[in-house]
Amino acid sequence: MVEVILFAVFGTVAIAGALTVILARNPIYSALGLMATMFSLSVFYIMHLAHFVAAIQIIVYTGAVMTLFLFVIMLIGVDRTEDTAEQLPNQRRIVIGLGLTIAITTVVLTVGQNFKWVTAPGSGPVNWDANADATNGTIQAVGRVLFGADTAERTAGWALPFEAVSLLLIVAAVGAIALAFFRPLRKVGPSPVEDE
Amino acid sequence: MAGPTPYMALAFILFVIGATGLLTRRNALIMFMSVELMLNAVNLTFVAAGRAIGNFTGQISVFFVLVVAAAEVVVGLAIIVAVFQKRNSASVDELSEMKG
Repeated sequence: MVEVILFAVFGTVAIAGALTVILARNPIYSALGLMATMFSLSVFYIMHLAHFVAAIQIIVYTGAVMTLFLFVIMLIGVDRTEDTAEQLPNQRRIVIGLGLTIAITTVVLTVGQNFKWVTAPGSGPVNWDANADATNGTIQAVGRVLFGADTAERTAGWALPFEAVSLLLIVAAVGAIALAFFRPLRKVGPSPVEDE
Repeated sequence: MAGPTPYMALAFILFVIGATGLLTRRNALIMFMSVELMLNAVNLTFVAAGRAIGNFTGQISVFFVLVVAAAEVVVGLAIIVAVFQKRNSASVDELSEMKG
C-alpha cells in the first residue's frame, strides 16, 4: 500500500518534471524540472532497495550534472527566443503524433497486463517482494558483484569495464579542458563561417 | 504493485517524453536535457528488471550508464559553449554548414 501511494505521488512528479523539461520556454525551468524527475527516480530506487544507485543518482545526476547544466545556462545566457520555424515540413506534428501513439499503446498494453516477465537461465524466479531482499543494493553488495569478489576466476566481474569507463572519464575531462583552452589555435585556417 | 509493470510503463512514458523533446525543441541545451531524461528512464527499467529477475546486473548497468552519461555531459556542454562563443546562439537549426 505504501508502495502504491509513493508510486502515484512520485510518478506524477516525475512525469510533471519531464513535461516541464520539454515545454518550458526558460531553460532554467527545464533544468529544475529534470532535477525533480531525477529526484523522484531516486525515490523509486530506494523503494527497490537499490541504495547505492539512489545515492549516486542524487550525487552525480542532481548534484553534479544538473549543476553543470545550470552553470552553462548562466554562462551562455537564458535564451527565451527559440526559433519555432520548422526546417522540415510538419516535423513537430509528426513527432507529437508518434509520441502520443506510442504512449497510448503502452498504457493500453499495461492496463491489459499483456507484459509477461520471463527470467534468464540461472536467474531466480519472478518473485517481486522476495527478490528485493535478494538484490539489496548496498555499496558492499554492489562492489562485490562489480569486482567479481564472489567468483573463482578473476575476470568474472566487471573490473575491466570499470577501468575502461574510468579511462573514458579521463579522456572526456581532458577533451573538455582542451575545448576550453586551445580554441584560439583553431582560428589559423579559413573557417566556412567567415567565408560566407 | 506485484511486479515491474508500473515502473516499466512510467519509464516508457518518460522515454517518450524525452524523445519528443529531443525531436521538437531547437535549443541545444534542452535537447541535451531530453537525452538525459531518456537515459534516466532506461535506468529505471534496469533497476526494476533487476529486481524482477533477482540479480544485481541491473544496478551494475545503471552505474555504467551513469558514468557514460557524465562523460557525455562534460564533452557535450563544452561543445555547446564553444559553438555559442563562435555563433552566439544555442539553436541547432543554425548549425547548417555541413548540409552539403
